[in-house]
Amino acid sequence: MGVAGLAAALRERKISAVEAAAHHLARIRSHQALGAFVALDDELTLAQARAADARIAAGSAAPLEGVPIAHKDIFVTADLPTTAGSRILAGYRSPFDATVVRKLAEAGAVTLGKLSCDEFAMGSANENVAVPALGFDHPVPVRNPWDSERIPGGSSGGSAVAVAAGLAPGATGTDTGGSIRQPASFCGVTGIKPTYGRASRYGMVAFASSLDQAGPMARSAEDCALLLSAMCGPDPERDSTSLARPAEDFSRQLAGSLDGLRIGVPKEFFGAGVAPGVRAAVEGALAEYEKLGARRVEITLPRTELSIPVYYIIAAAEASSNLSRFDGVKFGHRAKHYRDLADMYAQTREEGFGDEVKRRIMIGTYVLSHGYYDAYYLQAQKVRRMIADDFQQAFAQCDLIAGPAAPSVAWKLGEHGGDPVADYLADIFTLPASLAGLPGMSVPAGFDAGLPVGLQLIGNYFAEAKLLNAAHAFQQATDWHRRWPAGF
Amino acid sequence: MSEINTFEAAQSGRPTGPLVRGYEVIIGFETHAQLSTVSKIFSRASTAFGAEPNTQACAVDLALPGTLPVMNKGAVERAIRLGLALGSTIAPRSVFARKNYFYPDLPKGYQISQFEIPVVQGGSVSFFVGDEPKTVRLVRAHLEEDAGKSLHEDFVGQSGIDLNRAGTPLLEIVTEPDMRSTAEAVAYARELHKIVTWIGICDGNMQEGSFRCDANVSVRRPGDKLGTRREIKNLNSFKFMQQAIDYEIRWQIEEIEDGRAIQQATVLFDPDSGETRAMRTKEDAADYRYFPDPDLPPLAIAAEWIERVRAEMPELPRAMAERYVREHGLSDYDAAQLTQSPALAAYFQGAVAAGANAKLASNWITGEIARRLNQQDLAITEAPVTASQLARLVARIGDGTISNNAARQVFDALWTGEGQDVDAVIEAKGLKQMSDSGALEKIVDGVLATNQRNIDEYRAGKEKAFNALVGQVMKASQGKANPAQVNALLKAKLG
Amino acid sequence: MSLTSTDIARIASLARLQLAPDESERMLGQINGFFELVERMRAVDTAGVEPLAHPVAAIEDITLRLAEDVVTEPDNREANQRSAPAVENGLFLVPKVIE
Repeated sequence: MGVAGLAAALRERKISAVEAAAHHLARIRSHQALGAFVALDDELTLAQARAADARIAAGSAAPLEGVPIAHKDIFVTADLPTTAGSRILAGYRSPFDATVVRKLAEAGAVTLGKLSCDEFAMGSANENVAVPALGFDHPVPVRNPWDSERIPGGSSGGSAVAVAAGLAPGATGTDTGGSIRQPASFCGVTGIKPTYGRASRYGMVAFASSLDQAGPMARSAEDCALLLSAMCGPDPERDSTSLARPAEDFSRQLAGSLDGLRIGVPKEFFGAGVAPGVRAAVEGALAEYEKLGARRVEITLPRTELSIPVYYIIAAAEASSNLSRFDGVKFGHRAKHYRDLADMYAQTREEGFGDEVKRRIMIGTYVLSHGYYDAYYLQAQKVRRMIADDFQQAFAQCDLIAGPAAPSVAWKLGEHGGDPVADYLADIFTLPASLAGLPGMSVPAGFDAGLPVGLQLIGNYFAEAKLLNAAHAFQQATDWHRRWPAGF
Repeated sequence: MSEINTFEAAQSGRPTGPLVRGYEVIIGFETHAQLSTVSKIFSRASTAFGAEPNTQACAVDLALPGTLPVMNKGAVERAIRLGLALGSTIAPRSVFARKNYFYPDLPKGYQISQFEIPVVQGGSVSFFVGDEPKTVRLVRAHLEEDAGKSLHEDFVGQSGIDLNRAGTPLLEIVTEPDMRSTAEAVAYARELHKIVTWIGICDGNMQEGSFRCDANVSVRRPGDKLGTRREIKNLNSFKFMQQAIDYEIRWQIEEIEDGRAIQQATVLFDPDSGETRAMRTKEDAADYRYFPDPDLPPLAIAAEWIERVRAEMPELPRAMAERYVREHGLSDYDAAQLTQSPALAAYFQGAVAAGANAKLASNWITGEIARRLNQQDLAITEAPVTASQLARLVARIGDGTISNNAARQVFDALWTGEGQDVDAVIEAKGLKQMSDSGALEKIVDGVLATNQRNIDEYRAGKEKAFNALVGQVMKASQGKANPAQVNALLKAKLG
Repeated sequence: MSLTSTDIARIASLARLQLAPDESERMLGQINGFFELVERMRAVDTAGVEPLAHPVAAIEDITLRLAEDVVTEPDNREANQRSAPAVENGLFLVPKVIE
């Protein structure tokens, strides 16, 4: 049952919240080998479920009352530890909940543990994990339930796997450069990143401030719409980048017809680098859209390739500064042996940060340093505007943009080892929308040699309802999103 | 991106100051004024002084993961007030930037400040050094957050970090290197201190760290290019400022005379030894990697807001002083004295409104009242003699009811609480000057009758003899005669 | 634009990262590999283009929201310090800070 179905069943008291919670807790434990969860507290979850049942019985059920939702471990929670996938936050207990977590709880959701992610959300494979998963005493990469020798995608790999394997009906993720869309694509689930500023970043461990956005991952657009509506809304007292636009019901247009919908197909998203099986699945999906009344429009996003260096420079620069607070003084890991203050900083950070994080801190520090700021960071921010303007030009000719979420399907664990640039290049299709701050989705659209392929849909600013409508219509006409990996 | 080098600002046409051992002294100031908001600049924790460690450091102030800054409107409003008071330009749009460096009292590992586009630009501060008018130009004033504090006393080999102060709003006020002497620098600091407290943006409590100055000092032989400056940090008393700058000037001159070049350095003043000493140099200290803070969109200040603030601004001390000179004929010096604080000016104005002669009121306030307040460590608002009481006292001197001497006795009685009402005190102490001219004339005649020798000596040209006659009359009247009347009568009778 | 190991050392120092020698080596190669991607971006003519900070500023004017000056955060020291590595009498302890 998806989120919508479960919420209805709970409301109608066909099942209890405690039953739903217990069911998922058991499933999580029996599939620990996937490495998706890093923290679980049965008592906490069941207590929340009991409270939800009481509210349902009293007739005061909120829209998601009793639905168990798991949270990417990048969201701070007061009742469970938060590590952001890093040793440097081992044992950290936040005194407050992330706004997104709080809003979902206020909408009735029951907290179903914390999900593994790439360290500080930096990664595209969920292999950059530095904390043990549930059932392990050492860090493990997260495994794709469609093929346990493959990566699930990242950085919200744990979230994607939890949904794909039925460990949770819905999960929160974050998307900075594609970290919801790409794992959703690799795991055959639905995920959406809203317009930048729609969801509050308060309580999201910061990676790249001008790019990070929270979003839901679930088994359908309908479910995502429900979750997104609960997650989004202004947070003026906590997040200065959160938009003033009032909260919306993103489900309002779900059932609309797609007649006359113009789908922009960027030629740069269909070049030689796209795996044939991926291209085939995406082309098939576009054909389906045409049957639903939409029509294809050829468009161009000429600076697509440039989005890679632009993104990695901006993200690394912001991250290098955001991660300076991890210094062993106020919270988190502190080295055991050090000579003096300078040594304490250096040892603490050396021990606490993984390789990818250190690499990005180094790149970020470099591009902000004296003499390089103009040529790198400032230049990247300018090209970023050009990329955003390219999208506006494209949207003059179409309503939505469609293409693959990634050039390939999930690769094998360890396949990109030692070459971070290979990971960076694989982000090419998700980065542009991130830079422009546009809403984007990934919707299951088929398979390539048994591995899921996602169709990426990109909307103009604030067009989440339209995106969800397009995804929903597709999901009414196809059943890719209802497939399950073998054994799950 | 390089640090703004205020030191290289145009200095042509600036006058040289008094030379020290043949060297010209060049001083610029950076002042950090803590703003008087109740909450922090980027969080809503309290800024109240003196709380237990870390009880006023909320999640945002501690830089806990996931926290973000939200700007305090009161801090922006105070920046606007300062800009208006100093004749600066208020930037319609300004940007917050991160200044990145590692230090235990800096929880985020960066300070949120303003770099390329500050909220206040230009402006000036005018004041007197002795009789000489001076004007120091401002480069800019920008908003930023204060850091926490490190405490060393109670810990061996360790420091204790208190982040209560972290996030307190500051205005950093930067001058051109326009000052040419220690005296000028201290006078500038005093004037700036007066202004920020006058307009209510800062409580000015220097012991509590509300107003801290960094002095950039260099020396050069007149005509040479600007010397290398050293920065004396965190001077939090006017006395220390004077001692520190004087020492630094002498030290730099000694170094140069001994053939050594001055190295750019940050120095601390040690009040116990009276010396400045370079801080431990930090490697790469200068590369702060400034970039606009992505968590804070640009600050927009609309013209309407500026006008609203302007309409609510009090009359500023210099304008008020100039008005006193114009309207009441006071001297520049006295007017400056009376406009030390809004409360003092209000006292003066209260006395004048109650009918006091402005000059007389001014004399009493800047003289006797100031002396007693100082001695007893009282503020003008705590003065036992009210403005209207002073006005009554001054009126009684003016209308001849009491002499100046008698007035001092009345004042004393009022101050010590012996009496409340001027006339009642005069009555009770029998201090009324003799006003009956008939009775006075009788006494004068009496004295003249018995002081022929004095009369003769006076007529022979000895002024002292006249005074002796006056003295005799005063004595005979038991001090109640009006000296001016006595003078007039004697002169009339002696021809 | 190629970095050298001196650059790596300088940046590591600025970022308070203590890299082991082989780590530095590896990092140098990987970062230089990344910067090859960057050259094309540097070559773009951006004359007259304003940097884009908040993405939505591409279509709307985004300015800073101001909060009323009121104290709403109470003393939460205990909860705030529960993950602190070293605390005494409410103070965070660190190796001595020498000025």
